[in-house]
Amino acid sequence: MTDESRVTTAQTDMTAPTTVESSPDAVSSIMQLHEVSVAFSGRPAVRNVSFDIAIGQVTALIGPSGSGKTTLLRALNRMHDTVRTAKVTGAIHLAGIDIYGGTLHPTLVRSRVGMVFQRPNPFPTMSIYDNVVSGLRFNGVRNKALLKEAAESALIAAALWDEVRDRLNASAATLSGGQQQRLCIARALAVEPEVLLMDEPTSALDPQATRRIEDLVGELKDRVTVVIVTHNMQQAARISDRCAFLLMAEDRAGELIEFGPTNQLFSSPTDQRTEDYVNGRFG
Amino acid sequence: MTVGIRNPGTAGQPRRRPAVPNGLYRAGLSVAALVFVALLVAFVVDLVVQARPAFAHFGFSFITGTQWNPVTAHYGALPFIVGTLETTVIAMVLAIPIGLGAALSLSHLLPSRTRAVIGTAVEMLAAIPSVVYGLWGLLVLAPWARTVIEPAVAFVFGHRGPGGGSEIGVGLLLAGLILFVMVLPTMVAISRDVLAAVPTEQIEGALALGATKGQVLSRVVIPHARAGILGAITLATGRALGETMAVTMVIGNTPAITHSLFGTTATMASIIANQFTEATEPFHLASLIAIAVLLLVVAALVNVAARMLVRSVGRSVSAIAVA
Amino acid sequence: MSVLTLDPILTRRAEIQRTAEASLGRRQRHSRLLVGLTGACVLVSLVPLVAVIAYTIERGAPAWSVDFFSHAPTPEGIPGGGIWNSIVGSFIIDGIALGGAIPLGLLVALFLANSNSRVASGIRFVTDVLSGVPSITIGIFAYGILVTTLHHFSAIAGSFGVGLIMLPIMIRASETSIRTVPTDLHEAALSLGAKNAAVARRVTLPTALPGLVTGLLLAVARGAGESAPLLFTAIGSQYLTTSPFGPMAAMPLTVYLNGIQAYPDLQQIAWGTGLLLLCIVLVLSVSSRIAVARLGRIRR
Repeated sequence: MTDESRVTTAQTDMTAPTTVESSPDAVSSIMQLHEVSVAFSGRPAVRNVSFDIAIGQVTALIGPSGSGKTTLLRALNRMHDTVRTAKVTGAIHLAGIDIYGGTLHPTLVRSRVGMVFQRPNPFPTMSIYDNVVSGLRFNGVRNKALLKEAAESALIAAALWDEVRDRLNASAATLSGGQQQRLCIARALAVEPEVLLMDEPTSALDPQATRRIEDLVGELKDRVTVVIVTHNMQQAARISDRCAFLLMAEDRAGELIEFGPTNQLFSSPTDQRTEDYVNGRFG
Repeated sequence: MTVGIRNPGTAGQPRRRPAVPNGLYRAGLSVAALVFVALLVAFVVDLVVQARPAFAHFGFSFITGTQWNPVTAHYGALPFIVGTLETTVIAMVLAIPIGLGAALSLSHLLPSRTRAVIGTAVEMLAAIPSVVYGLWGLLVLAPWARTVIEPAVAFVFGHRGPGGGSEIGVGLLLAGLILFVMVLPTMVAISRDVLAAVPTEQIEGALALGATKGQVLSRVVIPHARAGILGAITLATGRALGETMAVTMVIGNTPAITHSLFGTTATMASIIANQFTEATEPFHLASLIAIAVLLLVVAALVNVAARMLVRSVGRSVSAIAVA
Repeated sequence: MSVLTLDPILTRRAEIQRTAEASLGRRQRHSRLLVGLTGACVLVSLVPLVAVIAYTIERGAPAWSVDFFSHAPTPEGIPGGGIWNSIVGSFIIDGIALGGAIPLGLLVALFLANSNSRVASGIRFVTDVLSGVPSITIGIFAYGILVTTLHHFSAIAGSFGVGLIMLPIMIRASETSIRTVPTDLHEAALSLGAKNAAVARRVTLPTALPGLVTGLLLAVARGAGESAPLLFTAIGSQYLTTSPFGPMAAMPLTVYLNGIQAYPDLQQIAWGTGLLLLCIVLVLSVSSRIAVARLGRIRR
């Protein structure tokens, strides 16, 4: 990725930030990835990925393990900044701003692009309530009424309110695994992000808890745009509107093979490799 | 190393020892463990027996008595209990924030190569013998305290603090400072280990919510490691309470309570080291040993608490070295 | 804007983002301050290390000479003399201490490594507590058990105290090391018909050897610098003595007893001895550290 291409993206961005040729239905997009590559110690892990994330929809990143799904996802909220050896190139625009362009501080990127992790990671020393409002407090919110309002709204949205409304001061460690993951979703939602990244959020959960999270993802659409990484194709088919299929190239770097509406990608993929994968022939 | 450990290369040599039966081997190990436990029991019993005359004669007033006078054979340990607490408090007030700060830096902030080098250097502080610290304190720091710190304090406050100063440099503050340096590696090494053990998911979870590096450390990492940090504090306190030689060399060993940072006093450990060989009168000796019993009980309790707090966190050999 | 105010989520989002942006400067300053302070703490921690070592070299090095290492002290007022008696004394005292601590420590470590019983965890616990017990109390124990009963001060009583200080370090480091010996190695030997004792001697201990040596070095580093347990046992001597049943000089004692004198020539002997002690102890610690690092690399 050269500076030149970053400049070009910035320019195209000014003129037409929302329409992209790869999306058949003309829904406006909230994030645009342009030639995104991620490398660790100079070794590429994701190469030249470009697609748009449609606002108010669920976008799934699918592909076999090692295809760079999680690596790509973590580029979307600048999580790679914490790893000294990691280098992200290309441009990622959030509502018209290049998040790697220097105008938006990484901390502010992360308060606008939330994240839910593979394993539930509530803060065990905090109460349920403190967990939910922790993001708001990190972001400097001190208004008690706002904290309370946001916490309740987020817990309701995460379908956890009825289970915890009477014990908001209990330790987060007292919740079950599925509840903990929904608490983490509530915690992320409380900051009212525009985009929510979910990195295989059900991989550590039992089938019943998984189902609840899957249902939840569908309900979140009118509140937040969701980008979800999953290794489970049925899950992707059930909950996503659009799918990005990634595959590891010969040099072990993940590349985008196909991107499109989920039903199209699953029923009539244009690439042979996509067809092989969604039909369970490898991965 | 001639202790029955044989080089693997010699394992195949023709001369073979007669095989030790398994039962005998297990019994042998059990006997060794028993000998070790017996030693510990003897340790406690021996001290209590030697101290008995003092406890029997003075009773509870041994702990509350403020007089320590070999001439009148009147022995009360309160000045040394107070002195021990005072020096320990001075040491810990410095060691807790500084040790925790250094541990944060060594666990999460410095590049890993620098971490290893500086971490080793700080642990080296634990290897320096107590008497060398004492020598440094007595012959380098004390003159400096006398010529620089005390006049400065006198200039600012108009006097040398309540109770006046020793005007010889040695005293409470110096003992506290030396203790601070001596317990710092314990504080740093154990806090560093427990802070480093905080799961990455926790840190990333906070970062992903928009937390700054400082917020991650102060609101997530430190609270998560709090039990281990408390263990480190307790363990360091235990060391400070019982440290002997360096304190003996810089505290002045006056058997009286002082209320001045520059006043001379004594700690429980220092008065034993200072007076034991000259204690010819039986009550004097028994009273010193009684102080040792008190010290042993307190130090053991503090250590038990500390081990319970740190137990959950796996500890490396290096942490054993400084603990 | 009117649309925004109607939707509570959009209103909230706008307010949160405004707050996040407005507070960013303050949060960043707070963060940088914290990071800066921790860096300062690291520097403060390093100052005493450098200061102690630098001063000990500066004041101790002038004392070093061939005579310093090869002669016993001269009578007061007569120049010359050295610390040969203290060097020999330390070797004898620490040697005897090791002679006791190594076999007992290894056997207890083997016992602990082979057992997860309640007794074993109890012993493990008191071993840890023993390592935190003030060394002066151990000195009194040695005094009570060997000086009072034999009616005179002796090096062997000092060895007893030093050995007791070395023991917990030996035991815990050895146990850790023995536990890392793969069980399949152990079981393979047993399946070949070897007795437990033979397995311990020919398989477990040789495999664990680097770790055992590390523990040994740590224990010696700790024991060699201790003066509190020698203070009223070996008590010190002006002469070169080699009988473990009489008073004996030792380097830590020489540092203490000369250091607290008001005479510059005696203080210089203290610095010189302190420097030697510092060198020995630091070399031991550094080599144990290197052993640990090597060990880690082999395991990986």
